[in-house]
Amino acid sequence: MSLLRVEGLHKSFGGVKAVQGVSLAVAAGELLALIGPNGAGKSTCFNMLNGQIRPDAGRVTLAGQDITGLAPRAIWRLGVGRTFQITATFASLSVLENVQMALLSHQRRLMRLWAPLSAEDPTPALALLERLGMAEQAARPCGVLAYGDLKRVELAIALANNPRLLLMDEPTAGMAPAERVALMALTARIARESGIAVLFTEHDMDVVFTHADRLLVLDRGRMLAEGSPEDVRANPAVREVYLGHEGRH
Amino acid sequence: MTQILVQSLSGLASAASLFLVAAGLTVIFGVTRIVNFAHGSLYMLGAYIAYSLVTWLPRGHFPFWGGVLAAALAVGLIGVVVEVLVLRRIYKAPELFQLLATFGVVLVVQDVALAVWGAQDLLGPRAPGLRGAVDVMGERFPLYDLVLIAIGGAILLLLWLLFQRSRFGVLVRAATADREMLGALGVNQRRLFTGVFFLGSALAGLAGALQLPRESVNLHMDMAIISEAFVVVVVGGLGSLPGAALAALLIGQMQAFGIVLFPRITLVLVFLVMAVVLVLRPYGLMGRANAAAIVLPPEPPLRALSPKGRAVALAALLLAIALPPFLGDYALVVLSELAIAVLFAASLHFIMGPGGMASFGHAAYFGAGAYAAALLVKHFAAPMELGLLAAPFAAGLLGLVFGWFCVRLSGVYAAMLTLAFAQIAWSTAFQWVEVTGGDNGILGVWPSAWAVPKLAYAYLSLALCLGGALLLRRAIFAPLGYAMRAQRDSPLRAEAIGIDAFRVRWLAFAIAAGFAGLAGAVFAFGKGSVFPTAMAIPRSVDALLMVLLGGVQTVMGPLIGALAYTGLHEQLLRVTQFWRAALGAIIIGLVLFFPRGLAGMGPRA
Repeated sequence: MSLLRVEGLHKSFGGVKAVQGVSLAVAAGELLALIGPNGAGKSTCFNMLNGQIRPDAGRVTLAGQDITGLAPRAIWRLGVGRTFQITATFASLSVLENVQMALLSHQRRLMRLWAPLSAEDPTPALALLERLGMAEQAARPCGVLAYGDLKRVELAIALANNPRLLLMDEPTAGMAPAERVALMALTARIARESGIAVLFTEHDMDVVFTHADRLLVLDRGRMLAEGSPEDVRANPAVREVYLGHEGRH
Repeated sequence: MTQILVQSLSGLASAASLFLVAAGLTVIFGVTRIVNFAHGSLYMLGAYIAYSLVTWLPRGHFPFWGGVLAAALAVGLIGVVVEVLVLRRIYKAPELFQLLATFGVVLVVQDVALAVWGAQDLLGPRAPGLRGAVDVMGERFPLYDLVLIAIGGAILLLLWLLFQRSRFGVLVRAATADREMLGALGVNQRRLFTGVFFLGSALAGLAGALQLPRESVNLHMDMAIISEAFVVVVVGGLGSLPGAALAALLIGQMQAFGIVLFPRITLVLVFLVMAVVLVLRPYGLMGRANAAAIVLPPEPPLRALSPKGRAVALAALLLAIALPPFLGDYALVVLSELAIAVLFAASLHFIMGPGGMASFGHAAYFGAGAYAAALLVKHFAAPMELGLLAAPFAAGLLGLVFGWFCVRLSGVYAAMLTLAFAQIAWSTAFQWVEVTGGDNGILGVWPSAWAVPKLAYAYLSLALCLGGALLLRRAIFAPLGYAMRAQRDSPLRAEAIGIDAFRVRWLAFAIAAGFAGLAGAVFAFGKGSVFPTAMAIPRSVDALLMVLLGGVQTVMGPLIGALAYTGLHEQLLRVTQFWRAALGAIIIGLVLFFPRGLAGMGPRA
């Protein structure tokens, strides 16, 4: 039974057909990579799943519930965590406070005016940071962190509401090669331990072929291929898109 | 029918002068991204210089029009001086700092004009040969107004040709569309910016000089024209010349017919139109969204006071409590005003600092509190206690209504919309004479008997204002304060973890309005009266100055800023009659040299 099911997504911007009829499904504990050359429609696809863009046609369901066209914050409340291509954290808050924001929001306690945040029990937030190896840096402001550390803080924030689904847009972009592998290995381990479905876009083929259970290849807004890493690697259409004429020999 | 024709002609005449002023303002904004508060001052200088030239030169056609043109050119040069000395250095500063710096120029120009031309109204000569009126289907219409319409049309045509046909015009249009790209193409931006300032300032000067035959020249021309010019430019779309022309026509006609149809709400009407346009089309009729605003580097995380800081704060508080019995009546009044300033500044800081919102009209809520209390006392004979209790709720309610519109916008547009709403509030107080007493204000707003002695009232002010400021501080350290900072730091991430930024900003806006209202009520009972000035632009600027002086990015900032500013103001008033110029110079210096404010000068954590 698939957790996330996407059927026939379409989106045009003016005359540009960015996404044409994309369908996919991700099961709990599974890592699905969305790949394709620049302009293939990966980001548009992604932003339709998390509510930033409303699709022209198609349906997105989460565990059977229709979430098409809901606001990002409503989709988050249904258990969808999200990381961004360019990390988005609260720069003037400490690492711990960043995670606490997500926890408080999850408990709907953010509009409170009286008790200071510092009186909040830090244990749950620290536990999340511990899981990602960021506990020692809990007191540092996010504004001064190294990029790789920021990516891990973002993941901790995304995990704060016990998500059923993680949407990760270019999770390793801008990281050093060694860090990339480490972060994706960690993500994969957490996903399998907690039964979280992960959908991610990625440019780094090493990361994709090492960690993804399945791949979906987009080209100019259309689905080109889908399957296991081996199937996709052997697919002549994919070779053509990525390698050009060389693939035909 | 004839009356409609005459009214629309007179609407066209005001549209012509509005367009001249607004065209300069919008072209300057388009290229430099600076909203020039001093544009009205340039207009005023144009009128004064034209007055001097025309009265000094012999009578005649040539000297009159020559004087008007020379005044325009002189003002253009003054604009260049301002650009080179001040604005050139702050092109990369946040918008509110730019607005403030240009407001500093306003203050300096006011005192320069006062020193050179004196305080009395000056009546210039009528234009030679254009004194009379013409017959328009049986109604008389001033001949000079017809000439003004023709000049407005001619300038529009000339500007259009300049922007379409000349290299300078192409560069200006390119800079308006994409300044970075133009820089990357190797265009000398300095010369372009200075040239644009010359053009814009000369247009303002020309508009002012052309008013000479129509009205007396006085020291209030600057503020009167700048609020109208803001309306025209914002309604038309910041940076859009056709937008300015369209909006000038619209506003000119509205003023002409507003006087006939709704004589009692003429002032409100104009700002109401602006508010409606901004709500429906956030970037004006013909404007476009600009590139992201320039922001300060992220502030350090919130920290509770260190033990040493806590000791200092406690000592200051004890001093404030222990000192009053030893103070004279005057000092007690100053103490009470200091406390009011602290709360007023703290309430504005609440939305500007943690909230990351801009407000150029915070006086509306201060005034709303003051008027709510005064109206209860005057019309319902309510006691002071009830007035003080009701004021924050009345102001908070107004904050909920105005905030619902304002918190959706950011940057210059938010500043302009908050300004528009504050002007609506001010116009209401000014024009609704039966209820508010208009310009005469509401008198006899005295405290209850126990609070009449100055000592008792000083303690009451301290308790309410410092108590209010402490409550705001508490909210900043509570989850809501963090949620405010979160949506300010990253709207994207805030939305992605379920934070409803609109609700957070709206609530924060209303809370800030409520506390500003409390400050206003304490102010009203302290003075025993309320006047429309309680919600006028200078009071909004006072609050901004206090916050920026103290530093937006520090929680203690508004406290330090309010004390420093109020103290400075008192001292300046005492030592010089040109306190405005001194204050203006200080504002400019502050923006140029201490963009983080006084409290931000120390080492950063």
